[in-house]
Amino acid sequence: MSRSDLTLKFVSRAMAIISAAIVLLILGFLVRESEPALRELGLARFFTDASWHPLSGKFNFTPMIAATLLTSLGAIMIATPLGIASAVFAHFYAPPLLVNWHRRLIELLAGIPSVVFGLWGLVVLAPLVARMGGSGQNLLTATIVLGLMVLPTVALLSDAAIASVPREWIQGAAALGLQRWAIVVKVVLPGARRGIGSGVMLALTRALGETMAVLMLAGNIVEMPKSLLSPARTLNANIALELGYASASHRSVLFVSGLMLMLVVSVIVVGVSRRKGPSDAWR
Amino acid sequence: MKSIHALLVVSTLALSLTGCTGNSAKEGDSKDGGELTGKLTLTGSSTVAPLATEIAKRFEELHPGVRIDVQTGGSGKGIADARMGVVDIGMASRSLKPDEADLTAHQIAADGVGMIVHNSNMVKELTRDQVIAIYTDKINNWKEVGGEDREITVVHKAEGRATLEVFLTHFGMENPTIKADVIVGDNEHGVKTVAGAEGSIGYVSIGTAEADIGAGVPIRLLPLGGVEATSANVGSGEFPMSRPLNLVTKSAPSPLATEFIRFCQSSHVHDLVRSQYFVPVARETDVAK
Amino acid sequence: MLGDNLPAPATNKVQRHQSREILTATAVWISAGLVIATLVWILTDIAVRGLAQVSLTFLTEEVKDAGRAGGIGPIILSTLLIVSVTLAVAIPLSLATAIALTERIGQDTWFARNVRRCLDVLAGVPSIVFGLFGNAFFAITLGLGYSILSGGLTLACMVLPILIRTSEQAIAAVPNEYRYAAAALGLGRTAALFRVILPAAAPALMAGVVLSIGRALAETAALIFTSGYVARAPESLLDSGRSLSVHIYDMSMNVPGGGSRAYATACVLVGLLLAINATTELLLRLAGLPTRTTSGGRT
Repeated sequence: MSRSDLTLKFVSRAMAIISAAIVLLILGFLVRESEPALRELGLARFFTDASWHPLSGKFNFTPMIAATLLTSLGAIMIATPLGIASAVFAHFYAPPLLVNWHRRLIELLAGIPSVVFGLWGLVVLAPLVARMGGSGQNLLTATIVLGLMVLPTVALLSDAAIASVPREWIQGAAALGLQRWAIVVKVVLPGARRGIGSGVMLALTRALGETMAVLMLAGNIVEMPKSLLSPARTLNANIALELGYASASHRSVLFVSGLMLMLVVSVIVVGVSRRKGPSDAWR
Repeated sequence: MKSIHALLVVSTLALSLTGCTGNSAKEGDSKDGGELTGKLTLTGSSTVAPLATEIAKRFEELHPGVRIDVQTGGSGKGIADARMGVVDIGMASRSLKPDEADLTAHQIAADGVGMIVHNSNMVKELTRDQVIAIYTDKINNWKEVGGEDREITVVHKAEGRATLEVFLTHFGMENPTIKADVIVGDNEHGVKTVAGAEGSIGYVSIGTAEADIGAGVPIRLLPLGGVEATSANVGSGEFPMSRPLNLVTKSAPSPLATEFIRFCQSSHVHDLVRSQYFVPVARETDVAK
Repeated sequence: MLGDNLPAPATNKVQRHQSREILTATAVWISAGLVIATLVWILTDIAVRGLAQVSLTFLTEEVKDAGRAGGIGPIILSTLLIVSVTLAVAIPLSLATAIALTERIGQDTWFARNVRRCLDVLAGVPSIVFGLFGNAFFAITLGLGYSILSGGLTLACMVLPILIRTSEQAIAAVPNEYRYAAAALGLGRTAALFRVILPAAAPALMAGVVLSIGRALAETAALIFTSGYVARAPESLLDSGRSLSVHIYDMSMNVPGGGSRAYATACVLVGLLLAINATTELLLRLAGLPTRTTSGGRT
């Protein structure tokens, strides 16, 4: 290996370590801030308390954990098919004139602030949903908007993944007489599986981390949701709602919920990467 | 390759340098007799922040050597930061609690809290007991209080908000007894929620509601105890549900901070207070001047 | 791989295949149409409510009366500075990390696997936690205070997972033939990387950068606690500065009667985003690179 190669190896590894260390830094920060609450209350009370009334000393997180998972998974269920479809559209179906415009619009969607999504949801979508009863601020509205927000992540990463499928495969498949749908479903999508998968993963973690739009749309009642039309509060929304007004001990409890959120994300990430296993190997 | 290397070195250097200079730039005081100089930082209540920003701008014009940075983040943050000495002045949209007695509050304005409903709602007034019954889910249809046959959507504020505390104190309720349908954070969130659902009821800062009604938002303020919910009635002290907007300091603020607070309380800023839809408070310091 | 998917040559299947072709095409068109229609709906909504207020004075003037009057000049400046800081830190860091993950270490080593996991977890940190972390670490521990630098660095941490993920994919998408050809010409790995692979990956890398800029421009919660709320033109990177999205948030959720200004600011933000997208495309074209990821699939 030449000297410049060694330098490259050293520098890039060092950078990778720095990038990875950021998450540990944040984790450490969360642990430090949530330690007083954990020491005083223990972990069990966050699941066994009667309700969430921090000023009355009741700290039950369970409904919020459920709401966080429901909105995020729902959002992924909306974003995945639409996102993949729009990547497939760009590569195989769109008239050449549309391709560029389509991509540009998707990139634009990625840059719209969550407040604007929230605002649109609050002023336009919620009143429409409200016709089904209630205020229109509920799981359904929040999930739809969240799905829209993470869609560009799925779409753009799927787009890149499809682009990286070797041309020969597609040409070969076409030469074998496969029709367009068969090429897409049986050659391209399996070939791009890893990239699409990582796009969906990233979108899921992004959905779990989204705060403002959900806060504006989910209704924020801390109760186990009974249907899609019930209001619910996610862990993030809870942090954003109460943190600015929290006293010292309440603040520490909110950090516990931040820590918990990160643990949920970690479990999902590790679980998915375990399951994918060695088949994940780079071509 | 080399260029990337150079870039890294430069950026690390830049980072470490700025890290060193960061603190020294902050200090400064008003020692040199006549003209005030230095920098003040305020954090806290998002309700007070726009007003404080406007006052700060005018103060800076009068004293060109002064820089005032207004940050937001909530009353809790303002009080915590002021107590820890991270900032010179905290902002809080409520009175201090007993366990905050180590701090001093300086009121700069007052703000009323009024009940709002959708404009299409026919109900003209609610009694104290009716409001309590609605918020505890004993009444959940408007026809029970003289309105149309429509379900009531109860809009409530998140725990810790100053408006919520004023509301609870006024009606003598405990937060855990309330059964809400939507919980909102900011005033405008509440207004937009009520404007978007015809059967809803909520409570917001009267100034906010008046400004939005002026801008054509379909909401209506309900009178309380026979008193119309208007800024004028808050100013005269007739309207029962109101709160102070405070600047909070440790017992001995710096001369610059003292001067700024005095300015905030003076009649020189009453037009600004009104332009932000709050109610100015008359002060003895004014009279002395 | 392909062998399994060979269609049987029987003619009675042709019709079924034909209907599947139509079905798939319809589904794809409808999905894509739905996405675009919703996006257009949102954009029209913003434009209708805000575009009338946008003018040259709005873009350049100072913020007055808590934002209800005047313009957003200082806010645009702060936003550009914050995004510049973010990119200046995040691009080298993510490029190097992506190189470490793809070109050097291979996929299945312990190191790469764990770096990836860390990054995936980082992607799921709620933005408000980023804000609190940035406030505690950059603003207080490193003594940067509420400043554009604190905000930019916090956002850099935040866009890192996206930027690394897209860079990694961009590099992995470069056909192996390029690498073989470079090796055959006697180029070292470093030279091959900088002269062959990165230029070939540039369009996809740029798409990642655009996505990150979008994310950075869109962020609110993380910035309120780091770069702050001051709506005055910053004099240095150590001054606090309000970003466009924080301004939109403040105007729409906090300042009564600020609604139309919020929409006008959103219009500006979308315009800015369009300008950035167009600029990157122009830069790529000037550099003689393909402007978009070539669609490998077009048949």
